[in-house]
Amino acid sequence: MNAGSDSLPVVAVRRVGAMTLFLLQVLARIGPAFTRPGLIVRQIYNAGARSLVIIMLSGMFVGMVLGLLGFDVFQRFGSEDYVGVLAALGNLKVLGPVLTALLFAGRAGTALTSEIGLMKSTEQLTAMQMMAVDPVRYVVVPRFLGGFISMPLLAATFTAVALYGAQLIGVQQMGVDAGAYWSQTQNAVDLRDVWEGVVKSLVFGIAVSLVAVYEGYHSEPTPEGVGLATTRTVVISSVLVLLLNYLLTAAFLTTH
Amino acid sequence: MCYRVGGRTIFDGLDITARRGRITAFMGPSGTGKTTLLRLITGQTQAERGSVQVFGNEVSTLSTRELFAMRRRMGMLFQNGALLTDLDVYENVAFPLRAHADLPEPLVRQLVLTKLHAVGLRGASRLMPAELSGGMARRVALARAIVMDPDILIYDEPFVGLDPISMGVICRLIKDMNEALGITSIVVSHDVQELASIAHDSFLLSGGRVVASGTPEELNRSELPEVRQFMGGLADGPVAFHYPASNYREELLGGEGEAR
Repeated sequence: MNAGSDSLPVVAVRRVGAMTLFLLQVLARIGPAFTRPGLIVRQIYNAGARSLVIIMLSGMFVGMVLGLLGFDVFQRFGSEDYVGVLAALGNLKVLGPVLTALLFAGRAGTALTSEIGLMKSTEQLTAMQMMAVDPVRYVVVPRFLGGFISMPLLAATFTAVALYGAQLIGVQQMGVDAGAYWSQTQNAVDLRDVWEGVVKSLVFGIAVSLVAVYEGYHSEPTPEGVGLATTRTVVISSVLVLLLNYLLTAAFLTTH
Repeated sequence: MCYRVGGRTIFDGLDITARRGRITAFMGPSGTGKTTLLRLITGQTQAERGSVQVFGNEVSTLSTRELFAMRRRMGMLFQNGALLTDLDVYENVAFPLRAHADLPEPLVRQLVLTKLHAVGLRGASRLMPAELSGGMARRVALARAIVMDPDILIYDEPFVGLDPISMGVICRLIKDMNEALGITSIVVSHDVQELASIAHDSFLLSGGRVVASGTPEELNRSELPEVRQFMGGLADGPVAFHYPASNYREELLGGEGEAR
């Protein structure tokens, strides 16, 4: 069958189906993968720790922009104290998880795809199969888990740094009263808002990690194939994160 | 056995037996499906018709578990070594042991160092794959392939891209493994001279079938044009020098548009 002649919806449905089956394969091997925790820890380091700098830098700038923007808007109504509320709710519920997922797809997702794709093109995955070792269990599952565990931790870091950045601008630079700033924030933010961000980052962690390992594992074993797979990881992950963000936001609003 | 892929026949009525304890060579020009034959033997792909038997079992009927059990009795040396790039030499050789045998670390160490010593690379145990030359990578891969003491050892183009010294080393190792350990060896290559020096039985494949078989000496004496072309390294013959194309003169004189 020539996939190139199929329409976009058919290709999309087929890919979603294939990814779902792949996810089931991965989930079925998660238990045995924990017998080698060292592999998972190494992937948490690769996907999580190595993404920390870009996540913290981005969080700082996003928080600072929110501080500036919030101050500019709220001062027109004499309510500068609410800058903290905007920064906290915006980051906790949307910007933290979404921007972290997008950055994570670009930094760690592409690394996962190209690493697995190169392992495939250099016959390392075939060599494992020839040694009677399941490459999904040894290569894919630890990387999937590394991404899944790292994502919420990175999103939390992003949000914390962004809140600091907003405070830096709102309180330190623009002179909003620190007591009013933090008390308004504390009053407005509910545990439910935090929970929304956590759920989103968990879901995005699954989505981005799955796309990354799937694309790498199913890439054409050529330099061009690995390059295309890496590009697909960024494109599909980004669209998927934004789509899931909309669906989850709507779901949380309706259950409010 | 017959095998087709994408409407193209790779093997048509292929009948080959690799005998226990011997070195069997599959030779043939590039693109004749030598590597595909190895994929069929190891159960990575299945024949369209016919039978592929290893250890007396029909490979196509094996479950995944049985296939993995069969592969544990086999070792395979890949063209480029296929070493795991995130592990050093020692860990690469130890990989099958750690995956399949719950052995105490001192025993793993002893086995790994023994195999590395056999291929002359005990001193390179802590190097990463990126630090190895092509010949060294292939020797490490050979150590990994024999660490589980397989009954069959398969070599996929073991001489490609090697300098004469490395080629000689690999040749000697293939022979040593066969003689010292009694391992049945299957070697796929198109390096005639190297294979002639080590193979007990040779099969020359071309056009999806065996065009000649026997000892390397018998192949050298053959009068068949396919065999003479391959063994003599002749540029033209049954395997044409030119890829099929339209008339040269007409294409040259027919203008640029047609040529494209």
